[in-house]
Amino acid sequence: MSAVLDPHGHVAGHGHDDHHGAPHGWRRWVFATNHKDIGTLYLLFAFAMLMVGGVLALLIRAELFQPGLQVVNPELFNQLTTMHGLIMVFGAIMPAFVGFANWMIPLQIGASDMAFARMNNFSFWLMIPAATMLAGSFFMPGGAPAAGWTLYAPLTLQMGPSMDAGIFALHILGASSIMGSINIIVTILNMRAPGMTLMKMPMFVWTWLITAYLLIAVMPVLAGAITMTLTDRHFGTTFFNPAGGGDPVMYQHIFWFFGHPEVYIMILPAFGIVSHIVPAFARKKLFGYASMVYATASIAILSFIVWAHHMYATGMPVTGQLFFMYATMLISVPTGVKVFNWIATMWRGSMTFETPMLFAVGFIFVFTMGGFTGLICSMAPIDTQIQDTYYIVAHFHYVLVAGSLFAMFAGFYYWAPKWTGVMVNETRGKLHFWWTLISFNVTFFPMHFLGLAGMPRRYADYPMQFTDFNQIASIGAFAFGFAQVYFFLFIVLPAMQGKGEKAPQRPWEAAEGLEWEVPSPAPFHTFENPPKLNADATRIVA
Amino acid sequence: MNKLNRMLASSLLMLGTWLSTAAWAVNDLPGGPGVRQLNLPVGATKIAEEQAWLHWFMLIICTVIFIAVFGVMFYSILKHRKSLGYKPATFHESVKVEIAWTVVPFIIVILMALPATKVVVAQKDTSNADLTIKATGYQWKWGYDYIKGEGEGLGFISTLDNEQREISNSGAKGVSIDNYLLKVDNPLVVPVNKKVRIITTANDVIHAFAVPQLGVKQDAIPGFVRDTWFRAERTGDFYGQCQELCGKEHAYMPIHVKVLSAEDYSAWVAGEQKKLAAKQDDPSKVWTLDDIVKRGEKVYAANCVACHQTSGKAAGPIKALDGAAVVLDADKNKQIYVLLNGQGNGAMPAWKQLSDTDLAAVISYTKNNWSNKTGQLVQPADVKAARK
Repeated sequence: MSAVLDPHGHVAGHGHDDHHGAPHGWRRWVFATNHKDIGTLYLLFAFAMLMVGGVLALLIRAELFQPGLQVVNPELFNQLTTMHGLIMVFGAIMPAFVGFANWMIPLQIGASDMAFARMNNFSFWLMIPAATMLAGSFFMPGGAPAAGWTLYAPLTLQMGPSMDAGIFALHILGASSIMGSINIIVTILNMRAPGMTLMKMPMFVWTWLITAYLLIAVMPVLAGAITMTLTDRHFGTTFFNPAGGGDPVMYQHIFWFFGHPEVYIMILPAFGIVSHIVPAFARKKLFGYASMVYATASIAILSFIVWAHHMYATGMPVTGQLFFMYATMLISVPTGVKVFNWIATMWRGSMTFETPMLFAVGFIFVFTMGGFTGLICSMAPIDTQIQDTYYIVAHFHYVLVAGSLFAMFAGFYYWAPKWTGVMVNETRGKLHFWWTLISFNVTFFPMHFLGLAGMPRRYADYPMQFTDFNQIASIGAFAFGFAQVYFFLFIVLPAMQGKGEKAPQRPWEAAEGLEWEVPSPAPFHTFENPPKLNADATRIVA
Repeated sequence: MNKLNRMLASSLLMLGTWLSTAAWAVNDLPGGPGVRQLNLPVGATKIAEEQAWLHWFMLIICTVIFIAVFGVMFYSILKHRKSLGYKPATFHESVKVEIAWTVVPFIIVILMALPATKVVVAQKDTSNADLTIKATGYQWKWGYDYIKGEGEGLGFISTLDNEQREISNSGAKGVSIDNYLLKVDNPLVVPVNKKVRIITTANDVIHAFAVPQLGVKQDAIPGFVRDTWFRAERTGDFYGQCQELCGKEHAYMPIHVKVLSAEDYSAWVAGEQKKLAAKQDDPSKVWTLDDIVKRGEKVYAANCVACHQTSGKAAGPIKALDGAAVVLDADKNKQIYVLLNGQGNGAMPAWKQLSDTDLAAVISYTKNNWSNKTGQLVQPADVKAARK
């Protein structure tokens, strides 16, 4: 049953739900077709990868604690930065959001399951060999890929065989993402309960619908870029190899045509989660639902025309630089609208601050700081100074850690009662929040200063003037890492074991949506018959 | 109790020493990074100044917006609480408000874009440079070639000081070096108040030529050339580092730009050119016939073959060398004279820009090739003597 490890104790009351014969033991997970089980698998997988990527990050921070090489050599250092990026992006954040989608989309739209249940199983299990190959590349001759997570040519042409393993792993992860996206789109467009029109859909469903389209549009582009890298490496083509007339900058254009929408793939579902939590704890409807939908769509569309702001330093013509600068600055408008709407939702609400709300407010606050530094980075002349420095590292960790990761924590605390049937211990949750928030800022805020002072990123060693801020960042990083271990051992595990106060069907006073119309924990099968909905599609009637 | 006090005092002392060593007793590096530097450098070029100004401009606008927006949010968080008995309002949409907070940020963004546009256009204008230098990225060093302007023809490789690389490997324990990882053997030398255009390219993978205080960062891309420029407004040393991941020694290929006054720069160029000339060949070297003929064949192929042909017989108005009287003449000064001064009103140009060794070699070659078997050997010293 749901994410609870021992289903038997809870099945008794809902014997009816099990008449399809829910499988038990390992078969339940390997042959899983239930969206809730697959969602759980995705989330656990993503958390495991978060830990792997986190260990790599801590090795990096240990090395950078002081000038000189103490912990790793420069070759290994480059492997660590590369693999930290790849694992966090493709192994942790993206699968985690697919996990949320699997769990919540059918529940939120009143569908019995995902549209393609077996493909759903396949897209999860594809990730296991891919992740194994990716992480295992450390043990191949020459070590893991060390060309940065962006895999810029022609440095990729100098890599050892692990580069090929990395490319294949990304191919497989991409295939998995595309299948997951198709599944999500078909589910959302075809399986909504009668009465739930598109403009009554929960925001999380909306953001994922748009995200899934982005994924289908750009994952093949990445696949193309890395396939060309592969043929350059082995079959004598010279797409990106200048020795044969290829163009290394072309690789960057193709990569960032994928890479920039990818950034929004990792943040739009986070917007969706926060758009549920803020109204629930402000006891007030989401302000400007329609404008939230339009803002999300605008961000998605704009994300396709800003890619070259990652490439100001490659030397574009002046008109190119100006176009990408203007387009990038424009993105701050719809993003600002979203922040304003959240704050207007809070305004004159009746707020309480349980852990999900703390993380949601923390998200808005810290993500917006990342947004402002993004605006600063978008200015080409300033970017001339900070491109490829620690300022960039600070910026994208503010949006990806304080953005995506904080929103996922918020989502976990918000929906865990529905998943597990028990309430999460509030004291522990609050401790986790404050510990995470403070250590996050201790880690990444000093990096702004390092970047402005000119410390380049991906450096195993640095001039001694940069020492102090690096030490602060390293201390913060270890605190941040241990906070997540605490989260797993003292919050996630007890919840999965069903320890804690039993959760009512509606654990949050003012939370709206169909997921709160089913018991806690959500039974193995839900909405087997399409429910009849009220006028605004948030409640089941009769 | 006393003991406890003493322990406390000594541990405080230890903490103090740790904190002060934590600062590594390192000093600001003029032209390079400062200790705990918080903002962009002020810079030594107009562009760098404008970049720093733009950053302040953006920082202030963003901070004002940040305080306004989050002031509202935190006011709401403090006042609109259930625990204070606040009853929730029911409003949840307003087209007017939505339009307002779409249009106002849009206008702010346009206001931000205007000054930035000006700087972008200025940064990109690499025309009318006084001095053009090609910077080539190698794994893992920089090559500088003076292409055009004062110092044309100079070229050298700039590498990180090997001692510092060793210190890095051994953990940099207990040392504090102000220019750690920034010291090179041959800095890039440029004149002050002159527009210096840097053409970047690379030999292997992508590198990036970046010097924060000069306000430049330009990727160096193999197979392609890109350019950027700076006009340093004061003399001094300025430091940068490679800023595009280029393999394992990425952190160890610094850039050191030495800006000199016009006179010092001219003196430096003269010195370098002298060194360059001296380095090429020792003009007092005594060659054997075989060696000098081999060298001469190369010089001939590079300079003479277009007219005189491989056969040495030439064609049309060009005089043949094979069997020519002046070549076969026992007085080698006759041929040396022709090569140094030309002949026939420049139909045969003067070749005095070639080095003594090259001239001696090519003359020896022509005297001992084809049907010319004079056995005569011209030494560089002969050419040197003839130049006077």
